[in-house]
Amino acid sequence: MSTSDQQAPPRLAVPELLIGVGLLACAGAVAWQTLAIPVSPLYSKVGPTVFPYITMAGMMILSLLLIIAALRGGWQPEDEKETPTDWKAMGIVALGLIANLVLIQPLGFTAASVIMFVLICHGFGSRRPLRDVLLGLILALAAYFGFARALGVNIGAGFIENQLNAIVDSVVAMLRG
Amino acid sequence: METLGHLAHGFSVAFSPTNLIWCLVGTTLGTAIGVLPGLGPALTIALLLPITYQVAPEASFILFAGIYYGAMYGGSTTSILLNTPGESATIVTALEGNRMARSGRGGAALATSAIGSFVAGTLGTIGVAFLAPIVVKFALAFGPAEYFSLMVLAFITVSAVLGSSSVRGLTSLFVGFVVGMIGVDLQTGQPRFTFGMSELLDGVDVIVVAVGLFAVGETLYMASRRYAGKDDIVPLKGSLYMTAAEWSRSWRPWLRGSLIGFPIGAMPAGGAEIPTFLSYAIEKKLSRHKEEFGTVGAIEGVAGPEAANNASAAGVLVPMLTLGLPTSATAAIMLSAFQSYGINPGPLLLTTQADLVWGLIASLFIANVILVVLNLPLIGLWVRLLKIPAPQLYAGILVFATVGTYGISQSPIDLVILYLLGAAGFLMRRFDFPTAPVIIGMILGPLAETQFRRAMTISNGDWTVFYKHPLSLTLLTLAFIGLVGPHIWAYIEHRRIRGPEHVPGDA
Repeated sequence: MSTSDQQAPPRLAVPELLIGVGLLACAGAVAWQTLAIPVSPLYSKVGPTVFPYITMAGMMILSLLLIIAALRGGWQPEDEKETPTDWKAMGIVALGLIANLVLIQPLGFTAASVIMFVLICHGFGSRRPLRDVLLGLILALAAYFGFARALGVNIGAGFIENQLNAIVDSVVAMLRG
Repeated sequence: METLGHLAHGFSVAFSPTNLIWCLVGTTLGTAIGVLPGLGPALTIALLLPITYQVAPEASFILFAGIYYGAMYGGSTTSILLNTPGESATIVTALEGNRMARSGRGGAALATSAIGSFVAGTLGTIGVAFLAPIVVKFALAFGPAEYFSLMVLAFITVSAVLGSSSVRGLTSLFVGFVVGMIGVDLQTGQPRFTFGMSELLDGVDVIVVAVGLFAVGETLYMASRRYAGKDDIVPLKGSLYMTAAEWSRSWRPWLRGSLIGFPIGAMPAGGAEIPTFLSYAIEKKLSRHKEEFGTVGAIEGVAGPEAANNASAAGVLVPMLTLGLPTSATAAIMLSAFQSYGINPGPLLLTTQADLVWGLIASLFIANVILVVLNLPLIGLWVRLLKIPAPQLYAGILVFATVGTYGISQSPIDLVILYLLGAAGFLMRRFDFPTAPVIIGMILGPLAETQFRRAMTISNGDWTVFYKHPLSLTLLTLAFIGLVGPHIWAYIEHRRIRGPEHVPGDA
């Protein structure tokens, strides 16, 4: 931010403007969805649309305030602006997430998680994929058995889980005699 | 006296072997996630919410409360040794604590923060035990209009008064409202904001929102910021025992910090930033060692704010248990755990769920004792956790995030929503929008709507109920002052100091 001249027009902050416009678009989506709510005349006084309309109005006002702030130069702190975004690292992490999303049904949780784990480690700068595969496998199995067995969360099982579940069940059966 | 009887009963619940084990597990886990950067109590409790289908309410709330308190203790360790405050409440601890660690007094800083947390946590829990029944007496007189106005006040304070910008705070809150409204409207059965997708009829699970914002968003943000400077761990030097001089410099700040933190936390405003900063300012003013502040690190500047932080964390439980009013993201997620048991926190909770509430309060005393033991003699263990390299730490967090999300209904749609929320969380983190109001808006928004509609139904559609009831009017006025006051104040200040040094764009 320049301190030189008070009259100098503040610079338009493009990223902040996009956020303001994005929020305005969200408010538009809220309006569209609110209009789609059928209102029974029985509830016409304070029906299911009153709060959505209040929310929509609030979002519109807020997005306009954000756009004004963006036109006045934005609000990002200096150190945020000066640090370049590492798009490559972020891209690889995002790729890991998408891989997980695509593979979790065909391959099962453990295998998909290991692939995601390795990709995220790579994105963060780890260059030892084999060690990461091993670590990811241990963590994914710990998470799977922790949640599936202890918390009773049903996570769709793939090939690896089915084999291990069979082993665990037989061990449990053996221990119980 | 009645309270003492309740507490005695509470201890009999909390001292059962299984509940003691839950308390130990919670405090240990809480300390660990408090120490680890990138993991917080809100995210952890959200991931563990499925446990509510498995165990009794007492057990899961003792576990959650242990995590909640433990994260406070663990967070200060990271602030002192790494100078990366895990959450806004420990910024002040990092200020002086990290300087103390750099000048070789890390041991004393950790000790004063752990013992201060113990003192404040215990005093704060006593405060909860005695204040909660009093608040309940008031709350029983509340009608829907008063409840709604109280929630409006809480919305304003958590999003607009605290934090760096009221516009951005309110934006987060309103996004939370929208997320909270997705699904079937409980009063009329109409689907809202579902975009015609049947998967959205049940609404968006709070687990998905918490995990998306706190785990996925945070991971994307950390990945994008690899060029930013990194803090290194200050090796732990010096004895963990405080000298007589350090004790005598610590005990008053502990008590003052507790006295500042608890009332502010217990107000329906919540938030630990104000009490910690307030305590820091007071200790700096009262200290006889002002030259140590900002240079080698002053022990008062760690002791006071750390106590204020823990006392306000205890205070937050008062509106949560007596009014069902969560004022932090963690409290909001705990509220959704209550809902998962079909329990409605409110004035009746203390009588209808006496075992649960008093067992929980008693377990907080036990948790404090366990935590001071975990965090002083065993501190070396936690310091080792700080050495987990970032790539594996964040990748691991996401593995657990996926389990927690995918486990809800084994639907890839949940993962899509998770990643969309993660992208939103990244943008919010990058552009300085607070995330806690999203969670609070999502949980408390539908409750506020219910109270609003109830009040309007009783009044037969007459809007004036909200300002004809004196209490409701007072609460709304306070909310309005909270929203507008700071801006008017800033404007007056601005006019007064307006001169050649005018800096544009400081909004």
